[in-house]
Amino acid sequence: MTEASPKIQIENVSYSYDGKTVLRDVTLDVWAKAVTVFFGPAGGAKTTLLRLINRLNDLVDGTQMTGRILLDGQDIYAPGFDVPRLRRRVGMVFALPLPLPGTIRENVTYGPKLAGIQDRAGLEEIVARSLTQAALWDEVKDRLDSPANALSGGQQQRLCIARSLALEPEVLLLDEPTSGLDPISTAKVEESLLILKQHYTVIIVPHSIQQAARVADHAAFFLMGELVEYRPGREIFTTPRDRRTEDYVTGRFG
Amino acid sequence: MMMSRYRTQRLGFALLALGALVVVVPILFVVLTVLVRGIGAINWEFLTAMPRDGMKAGGIFPAIVGTLLLTLGTALAAIPVGVGGAIYLSEYARDTWLTRAIRLAIVNLAGIPSVVYGLFGLGMFVLFLQFGTSILAGSLTLAIMTLPIIISTAEEALRAVPTEFRTVSASLGGTRWQGIRNVVLPQALPGIITGILLGLLRAAGETAPILFTVATFFLPRLPRSPFDQTMALPYHLYVISTQVPGMPVKIQYGTALVLLALVLSLNVVATMIRSYFRRRRQW
Repeated sequence: MTEASPKIQIENVSYSYDGKTVLRDVTLDVWAKAVTVFFGPAGGAKTTLLRLINRLNDLVDGTQMTGRILLDGQDIYAPGFDVPRLRRRVGMVFALPLPLPGTIRENVTYGPKLAGIQDRAGLEEIVARSLTQAALWDEVKDRLDSPANALSGGQQQRLCIARSLALEPEVLLLDEPTSGLDPISTAKVEESLLILKQHYTVIIVPHSIQQAARVADHAAFFLMGELVEYRPGREIFTTPRDRRTEDYVTGRFG
Repeated sequence: MMMSRYRTQRLGFALLALGALVVVVPILFVVLTVLVRGIGAINWEFLTAMPRDGMKAGGIFPAIVGTLLLTLGTALAAIPVGVGGAIYLSEYARDTWLTRAIRLAIVNLAGIPSVVYGLFGLGMFVLFLQFGTSILAGSLTLAIMTLPIIISTAEEALRAVPTEFRTVSASLGGTRWQGIRNVVLPQALPGIITGILLGLLRAAGETAPILFTVATFFLPRLPRSPFDQTMALPYHLYVISTQVPGMPVKIQYGTALVLLALVLSLNVVATMIRSYFRRRRQW
């Protein structure tokens, strides 16, 4: 892989659920070590596309996908592709923070343990590193063995980010990670995104257009399951080319 | 207007309270009757000795042991199959005509009279598989009767665990089974255990399924192998209440009291296990 080739290539992807098409012929490249934003009004299938990138929609019955998604040039829907390994390489943070039953430490080590990491020292290091990256370490370092669901909503969401980071994924998918958070927690999460993009490829569905403009290195505008406009860089917010994008970013609808 | 609504509400509450009372009264009556009439028969000999004098004296030790063994055998057979079936139905099976047929069969199995299970056990285990009238045949018969209860309560408990937990586990590189084992099962466990114990309680107290498959009228020794017959409390109670003339009433109620105590203590254990797990998994 040369530096110039995209991390993820989405090629002509269409997706239907119960015979209803929710994603129509989407093609776009996602670049490494940058924040790519999928934005647009609700119902644009942004979350669906996100979940296709780590094959989480495999768990849903009655769906059909055409097209290809390549990670480092490899088709992730190829027969025999190792799906649990794919999900370790492509982590995901959901809109609603959902700690697993158990302690803070158990939440962070869940993935690494399944991946076969057993030694205590290694796990300790993972816990400290991922919680630090998620900007939560200082708040919880003295109570790693208390129940995760006793944390506040904002802390829980950063715990969920740490839980994904524990696997050192190459790509991190964030689905409206700040939708349930107060402005201060939101600022903290966005702050950690800036740290994260130095090492990871980040794709985020933001919870507002303001957030999209704040964090985006590249941005894609989705409307009703279609990719309307995608350009590297942030010009999309200042000089949109498509009329529909312009209407949305200037607040005429959405 | 206000007053009349208030009165209607009071009347409604009174009727509901009466309904609750109507449920409690017979239970209390049964327990108290058995307790008062049977407590006199309970002593160390009654609990630990073999029956003597045509069962009119001595103890009911072999019947107690028999019932415990049958319940254990039922548990060994029914728990793995029942919980496994529930996991399959809730976590793996897609919604097809086949799984719908299986669910329908389970619901219907729960409604079959226990004596029919007894006859099935006689035909299947005692005669066809040649286990003879034995603890093995009796346990298997009771297990089949218990399965629908275990499967449907366990499936219910598994489905009550939100899908998102499975998604989270998968997103962290867990296989489907790892998600079930690490995240779903621990949360469903209290419900599953409740189902298991409800099923076993019913099995421990049933007479008809063991009638043709294992229970013996009079056998003043302990069973020696799973292929041995045994006495059992429910059947023993039936026998001494209807088949033996001149049986002291005290012994009948004493036996009933032991059976009741056994079943109720299983129930208490169930409640304790459940609340233990609830405390550990706080949500």
